[in-house]
Amino acid sequence: MAITVRFFAGIRERLGRNQAQVDASAVASAADVWREVAGVPLPPNTLIAVNQEYAQPGQAVRDGDEVAFFPPVTGGAA
Amino acid sequence: MSVRVIDTPLEPWREVAAFEATQKFAGKVGAACVFVGTMRDYNQDTTVRSMVLEHYPAMTERELEAIGNEAARKWTIEKWMVVHRHGALQPSDPIVLVAAWSGHREQAFAACRYIIEALKTRAPFWKQEQTENGARWVERQT
Repeated sequence: MAITVRFFAGIRERLGRNQAQVDASAVASAADVWREVAGVPLPPNTLIAVNQEYAQPGQAVRDGDEVAFFPPVTGGAA
Repeated sequence: MSVRVIDTPLEPWREVAAFEATQKFAGKVGAACVFVGTMRDYNQDTTVRSMVLEHYPAMTERELEAIGNEAARKWTIEKWMVVHRHGALQPSDPIVLVAAWSGHREQAFAACRYIIEALKTRAPFWKQEQTENGARWVERQT
């Protein structure tokens, strides 16, 4: 197994892909996952989710987790 | 207790009527507070022709459930519902429906307001607007 990484909206466009896989043995935290896959610094205000729940960059990650990176959300209306 | 994220046209008044028809709260409810958000044809002084709403499937539903359940713990409401669009939208299309039913209006208003405000900062949706100058991601709350 590995860690599945997902990107959304502007971050997905900037990186040119919506998904990546990371070997879990190479990373300890969500911030490590970004460093491993992105090749650029984490943009300011980026939100992180681990297994579909909001997380901090330092949150530990393990085999089988899904880690997502996305810009501030802009849903709703009015 | 009802969350749906749909990519087909949202018909808020039909949704409310259909939901009420499945409920057995007649007599207990004195107030239904309904918020409907629709798409503007302008944003930050620019004309917006259309919009695409991207979201994070599974996390979206999970976050909306959490927000609604928080509202139900904070206020005395009988039921609540959220229906949110994703995909391609045109100006005046409904984007989001939030409704809360309660014995009294104060509780229904407060719960409905809480849900829409929390949704806007927590539910993982992103707007990409099509303007005269091309496509742009909305980077902050509007």
